[in-house]
Amino acid sequence: MKKNTISAMNRHKTILSVILAVVSIIYVLPVLAVVLNSFKQNTYVKTDTFALPTGEMSAGFSNFVKGMTFGNYPFVNSVLYSVVITVLSTFLILLCTSMAAWYIERVNSLFCKAVYFLCVFSMVVPFQMVMFPLSKTADKLHLNTPWTIPVVYLGFGAGLAIFMFVGFVKAVPLEVEEAASIDGCGPVRIFFQVVVPMLKPTMISVGILEIMWVWNDYLLPVLVLDINKYRTIPIHIQYLKGSYGTVDLGATMALILMSIIPVIIFYLSCQKYIIKGVAAGAVKG
Amino acid sequence: MKSKKRNATNSLQKATRRWGVLFMGPVLIAFIIGFVWPFIQGIWLSMCQFRLISDAKFIGFDNYVKTFQDASFRHAFWYTAMFAVVSLAIINVLAFIVAYILTLGIKGSNLYRTVFFMPNLIGGIVLGYIWSMIFDGILGRYQTSILLESKYGFWGLIILMCWQQIGYMMIIYIAGLQNVPGDILEAARIDGATSMQTLFKVTIPNVMSSFTICIFLSLTNGFKLFDQNLALTGGQPFIIQEGGTTIKTTEMLALNIYNTFYSSNTTSQGVAQAKAVIFFILVAGLGLLQLSYTRKREVQQ
Repeated sequence: MKKNTISAMNRHKTILSVILAVVSIIYVLPVLAVVLNSFKQNTYVKTDTFALPTGEMSAGFSNFVKGMTFGNYPFVNSVLYSVVITVLSTFLILLCTSMAAWYIERVNSLFCKAVYFLCVFSMVVPFQMVMFPLSKTADKLHLNTPWTIPVVYLGFGAGLAIFMFVGFVKAVPLEVEEAASIDGCGPVRIFFQVVVPMLKPTMISVGILEIMWVWNDYLLPVLVLDINKYRTIPIHIQYLKGSYGTVDLGATMALILMSIIPVIIFYLSCQKYIIKGVAAGAVKG
Repeated sequence: MKSKKRNATNSLQKATRRWGVLFMGPVLIAFIIGFVWPFIQGIWLSMCQFRLISDAKFIGFDNYVKTFQDASFRHAFWYTAMFAVVSLAIINVLAFIVAYILTLGIKGSNLYRTVFFMPNLIGGIVLGYIWSMIFDGILGRYQTSILLESKYGFWGLIILMCWQQIGYMMIIYIAGLQNVPGDILEAARIDGATSMQTLFKVTIPNVMSSFTICIFLSLTNGFKLFDQNLALTGGQPFIIQEGGTTIKTTEMLALNIYNTFYSSNTTSQGVAQAKAVIFFILVAGLGLLQLSYTRKREVQQ
């Protein structure tokens, strides 16, 4: 009897496995469609979306060449600005919010509690609420370049990061810091040499959440940056539509492919951390 | 010994306080620029008429009255609510089924998990263009387009969001399922419960907290949706009503607010800010509801 149930279970598992395999293939089809169409002549993208780019449909690599200067804006620039903004913002957020979170948790004065409450509050405020005044303020303070926009990201993204860091600092034992203090370490050295190494797992989680947010963000940079000069990848792709009457779909797909390949490589290489970071952010947020 | 320890804590705290400007300064300045000041200004501006900000003129609650009279805003609200509820139901049911199957110990579970989560990393704008190409590739065979009928736009956006969000919710459900104590499941099996009985009577009640998180997450995600909405249909198709107002049939709340801010109408910025305040109260209300709900559950446990 027991043998029967086990073999029945194994059969079920095989069936489920096959179903999952089929669903997985369906799941990657949209990405496959992008790959196919990035090698296709523009006129065939609409009529033969799911056909292989063979014979006269094939455009070779011409879409990619065309895509580089497509939309009156060099694609390389938008990649560069996206990288600059994402790296600077993530670095700034990690550094400043972990320092603030440690201070808030360790000093724990009334002022700290008020700041912490404001941070939690900011997490439920949608961007639309602040976007208009924020874009005007950022303009006035010259925060409208890729090198200064990280300040805006730090300001609007501080809430979640501080919330996550405070939650973790609470779990870090005080004894270690006290020992360092008795040995003559000042607060700054204690933070950077004792606390930061212990915060590393949370740094990775928060860092991944921030990278995913900033890299894919469209509305904040489009409102804050000077669009004629600086475009990130999402802005560039959105503006392709506006710049021409009819869009060259083949070249658009080539651009989209070039912009998602780094994301997929990033995902496959740090998958473990990404999934952990996302789960941590979701449970707490 | 104990007093020495307390001394160390106190002196460390005192020393830390002296560095307050270094530790808190940068975040505070950025937080004021990026959140506090725009938020206060936002509330004030919702009661003003303005084009820039320097020309703001206080007009009381006129903007709110205009918001409630705005047919396009009412349409966007109901459309968004409908979208949020439908996508919430479909995404959570599918995500839970996938998570449940993936925790049964099937070969290749990790690979499938990787695949299902992948779309989550692609940004909303890019997702919108990928799917608009796919939908038009299919609908084009029937001489139509996703931009021509609002029901295509609605279900198209649902499919897109399922593709993006199922993997995300799946991760949360998997974490919940892995936390169900093995001995309870074992006890159920020994008592002769069928696998269906175990699922509904033992497993699901034990992952209720994951359900709460996911349900609220997909609800607020649905309400706040912007990028995907803009890139997939941008609100098309449009209907012009008898009074001359245009209804963008697939326009959701966030996009409606954006369009009101940046329309050519010179008096609409105040109305847009009033809409944004109402939108904020809606979304924050959902967030607070979630907080109190999860708190209650934590106490019970």
